[in-house]
Amino acid sequence: MKGLQAQCLTGSVLRTLAVVALVIGALCSGVKTQSPAPAPRAATRIVSLVPSVTEMLFAIGAGSRVIAVSSFDHFPAEVETLPRVGALLDPDTERILSLKPDLVVTYGSQTELDVALHRAGIRTYSYRHGGVDGTLKTMRELGPLTGSEAGANAAAATVQARLDAVRRRVAGRDRPRTLLVFGREHGTLRSIYVAGGVGFMHDLLTIAGATNVFADFKRESAQPSKELLLVRKPDVVLEVQGTQATADASDAIKSWAALGSVPAVRNRRVQAIAGAFLVVPGPRLGEAAETIARAIHPDAF
Amino acid sequence: MTAHAAPSAAPASVRLETYRPVRTRLVWSTVGFGLFAVLVCALAPLVGTTHIDLARALDRSIPFADNADAQILLVARLPRVLAGALVGAALAAAGVVFQALLRNPLATPFTLGVSAGASLGAMVVIIFGGAVSVGILSPVPLASLAGAFAASAVVYLLATSPGRAISTTVLLLAGVTLNAFISALILFVQYLADFADVYRAARWLMGDLDVGGFDPIVAALPLLVAAAVGMVFLPSSLNLLSISADTASARGVDVARVQRGAFITGSLATSAAVAVGGPIGFIGIIVPHLVRLMVGSDHRVLLPASALFGAAFLVGCDLLARTVIAPVEIPVGVVTALLGGPFFLWLLVRKS
Repeated sequence: MKGLQAQCLTGSVLRTLAVVALVIGALCSGVKTQSPAPAPRAATRIVSLVPSVTEMLFAIGAGSRVIAVSSFDHFPAEVETLPRVGALLDPDTERILSLKPDLVVTYGSQTELDVALHRAGIRTYSYRHGGVDGTLKTMRELGPLTGSEAGANAAAATVQARLDAVRRRVAGRDRPRTLLVFGREHGTLRSIYVAGGVGFMHDLLTIAGATNVFADFKRESAQPSKELLLVRKPDVVLEVQGTQATADASDAIKSWAALGSVPAVRNRRVQAIAGAFLVVPGPRLGEAAETIARAIHPDAF
Repeated sequence: MTAHAAPSAAPASVRLETYRPVRTRLVWSTVGFGLFAVLVCALAPLVGTTHIDLARALDRSIPFADNADAQILLVARLPRVLAGALVGAALAAAGVVFQALLRNPLATPFTLGVSAGASLGAMVVIIFGGAVSVGILSPVPLASLAGAFAASAVVYLLATSPGRAISTTVLLLAGVTLNAFISALILFVQYLADFADVYRAARWLMGDLDVGGFDPIVAALPLLVAAAVGMVFLPSSLNLLSISADTASARGVDVARVQRGAFITGSLATSAAVAVGGPIGFIGIIVPHLVRLMVGSDHRVLLPASALFGAAFLVGCDLLARTVIAPVEIPVGVVTALLGGPFFLWLLVRKS
């Protein structure tokens, strides 16, 4: 029984570690490798295992050359009819090979898949989430790979312009100390996940004219204790409901009321915004920045 | 019955002599462990990552909504310490009860699938969402309680037949099998989940006492009180039961009833504890053995002492969890094992 117990324990610890490693991996800066060395020919049959890159491919005008996507892809609408070939943890290598792609977009941690595909002579583009700059850089890099260089530069410029417009809109205004929450157990103040000082969430908050209260915390996400939340005293609590289509602030307001000394609670600045575009670092970042800015500076729009 | 605790082979004179010391030991151990627990619980809220001004925190003239010190003390720290004490006591006591019931030193409160059931319930809500609350019970604790009760009920129905004593072997095998079965379901549910949810689910499994208010504690209190009241009647019977069911029944113990009582109180305590703090490991196996090495294996002393020490131990572990690498917290379930493991081994080697 001890063996069983130990096994279960080890199993769960290993699982946990694996997940933590993946998450940490996802949060580290946007280092992108491209292997093997860039081939001269532009890809015409692309498989994307990363939803945010799928969005980028469509945005740069390479959407018609995407032949399969991951199980988590839902945007743009065109992807709904494409074949699914698994995702980060369960890529269906056989299925991918059978589709005869000439470019597969993988996530940075899928090294085994990369090796398998290289052995089959298929090019891969290994992607990792980074900040807003990383996203724009990825968009531009996808251009030459897919023969949509002009489209890629134009799409990146569009996002950049939209971000700059938001920046200008909020320029010169007070930058309220904001807590960006992207996870909380319903009906409670437990399991709160917030944006730390790196990554696209933090970047968006900065562009939108706010000061991240956890800017000094150099990770993409943090799980602060109630004590830390009371000490950091955010002026605004902004909950991002990435899995919901419409924002519902009522549960947030009710739950946060327990921390009455937090300025955001006292001044009724516990707010919620919703939509998947807020949590996918892709071509919709401009829209995301604008939505956050509207929530933080309603009078600027 | 209390006089029969000593092994039956012991001479009458020895038995007479051990009678009084048991009472004395009970008093002394309760006072000792009780003081220790009270001390730890009283000091823990005063320590944290931030310095708070106690006079200001307790100053009633400042409105509570404006008093950050008071909020840190009363919203962030006190509920947390209280949750730690109750969960620690419940898991340690349940560990003692299950070890006696199953006559197996490796039994834990989680052996019979209670926590696996609780975890599955919590996973389903965390991953697939769900906003059903009942009174002050929020969705995740509610689902975890439901899962724990369901798992306990299945094991209970499988292992008991009306009026007859429970076969320890059947109980153990049914529990362990259900545990494995539910663990597989948990893996399956996690596999279906989105990425961020998987992390959240995995984090829940590491235990967290940052309850953020008294509601979750108040919600669990009736179950804990019921379990504690039930356990008051168990110790002397457990002494005999842990030797063998035949011995117990020869000494006039209603074995079937005591077994059911032990199973139900142990499961209640475990369910409530897991609903409050998640499946915090190690407390339920390490604390009973630690205390056994200190006070001996007489359940009349062992059970209350384990509960008290479990409370102090978990509050202490949580104190480390929230301060050592602040502002990041170490999951409390990680600290219990990191700290409890070596401590236990040291005591084991020293005593043998």
